[in-house]
Amino acid sequence: MSQVLEVSNLHKAFGGIKAVDGVSFSVKEGEILGIIGPNGCGKSTLFNCILGQLEPTEGAVKLDGRDITNMRPSALNRLGVSRTFQLLQVFPELSVRENLILAGQEHQGSMLSRLFGARDAGLTDKAEQMIGFFKLGHLADAKAGGLSYGQQKLLDAAMAFMAGPRLVLLDEPAGGVNLTMLGDLKERLRAINAEQGATFVVIEHNMDFVMSLCSRVIVLAEGKVLAEGTPAEVRANPAVIEAYLGH
Amino acid sequence: MSAPATTNDLSRPRGRALPGLIDGTLVTLLLGAAILWFAPVGMGRYGTYVLSLWLVMSIAVMGLNLTLGYAGLKSLAQAAFMGLGAYTTALLTTKLGVSWYAAFALSGLLTFAVGIVLGFPALRVKAHYLAFVTLAFSTLIWLILRNEQWLTGGVFGISNINRPDFFGIKLFGALEFHRFVVAVTLILAVAQWWLIRSPWGRAFTALRENPIRAASLGIDTRAYTLLAFAIGSAYAGFAGALYAPLVEFIDPSPFSLSQSFFLLLMVVAGGAGYLLGPFVGALLGVVLPEWLRFAGSLYLIIFASIVLLLLIACPQGVSGLLERGWTKLTGRRGGTR
Repeated sequence: MSQVLEVSNLHKAFGGIKAVDGVSFSVKEGEILGIIGPNGCGKSTLFNCILGQLEPTEGAVKLDGRDITNMRPSALNRLGVSRTFQLLQVFPELSVRENLILAGQEHQGSMLSRLFGARDAGLTDKAEQMIGFFKLGHLADAKAGGLSYGQQKLLDAAMAFMAGPRLVLLDEPAGGVNLTMLGDLKERLRAINAEQGATFVVIEHNMDFVMSLCSRVIVLAEGKVLAEGTPAEVRANPAVIEAYLGH
Repeated sequence: MSAPATTNDLSRPRGRALPGLIDGTLVTLLLGAAILWFAPVGMGRYGTYVLSLWLVMSIAVMGLNLTLGYAGLKSLAQAAFMGLGAYTTALLTTKLGVSWYAAFALSGLLTFAVGIVLGFPALRVKAHYLAFVTLAFSTLIWLILRNEQWLTGGVFGISNINRPDFFGIKLFGALEFHRFVVAVTLILAVAQWWLIRSPWGRAFTALRENPIRAASLGIDTRAYTLLAFAIGSAYAGFAGALYAPLVEFIDPSPFSLSQSFFLLLMVVAGGAGYLLGPFVGALLGVVLPEWLRFAGSLYLIIFASIVLLLLIACPQGVSGLLERGWTKLTGRRGGTR
């Protein structure tokens, strides 16, 4: 299988603080890669450097062999790279359906056709599918801001998949989600991975979630890669146990 | 690190439009136009003039509502753009003999183009920093209008601005021109209604509510920021192109910075981010002072008190207040957007 994402010697410093310090890794097509590490180890900064929201101090990011370092987030999204955020990032004044249509509309036709074409950019059916898939059916017309935290997390994840991306970076998707919804979310992610062959990179603190979802895990500590391997290998790594898992 | 969601307090939300092509807002616009068509009968020249002025100012406020209310970009240059439109139309029609229709289109094009250029700082600076950039532009335009006498007539302005014909029908009379203004206002309002309910409108809302998330969904925030600025400015240009023949004489004073603040007040008081808000805001700004004439020199104090009380009672403006009332009455949202 080909490499979808390649990160080479990525650095990001804020003044004298090295948030990301020479991180390199690659992700194969269809893989679910987990990135774990203690708070402040640089996980989200790494995501933001990969996704063009922060300019890396040094290093390169490639998508399908093409250099995408410092590419604008909107351009990256149109290349098939999608993401969720650590903090909730839905549009609270729009309904669940409108949030989903918004998440896919820029992939439909040209700007001009979107102005003069259908109001839903032809995405109502896709949005309904996604609403059903993420079990948000009874909330389709509700304003996103009125949903529970867990439901907003599901919506946030659903939005990331509206445009049929090939690479999705999920930043703490399980954070604040109750056990029932967590099971739903994991099941949905697995299904999308299996059915659509989408590639995932997941940052998460919930070890059970990561270890049961991901086929490979990278452990970050102080901005560097501390360990890499299968969930079982990482669990057994003494350096990881000392730095992060703690027992 | 993820950026938190941002919300513009000036521009809250807005009822959900009814499904289908025809919705409550469009029906209100069409009904309103029909009423305004006949409204001036028996009103006299001055009353008709005030109604027309209200509609012309509504067009300028519609533009600012798009820029601020929907896209969340704070501009203090709307009156300057209106001035650009008014002077372009006045100069083209009086000095070069260009037809009003061509001058109207060119005024819109010019203000659209200048709006694109002025929108570039909006890509780098936000909130009050952007407001300062537009404030500087506003002052610059006013100085040009006042000082470049060879072109603009300076403080003496430009007079004898003729009103256009419409397929041979003379629009010189107050009633005829008012009806022409009603038609143009309706066209521009329906165009904005279409824009707001299109995917562009959704992208503008996303830009206001959370530009970082919007970009991560493929929304070209640069393009939409520039478009919001440019279209909003073009509306001011169109308003200026109608204002010049309405008053038949223009000078720099109606296009000063204080007028831009006044237009901003109309957006907020009417309800930022509500499609019908500009009409309500301009009604407060243009017609209310006329109703308060009986108070003589106290009218400004009364006017300011009314606006202050309104904004304390309902920061979402009159449209927000109406929407709240509608929601309580019917138990659902909609109707005023």
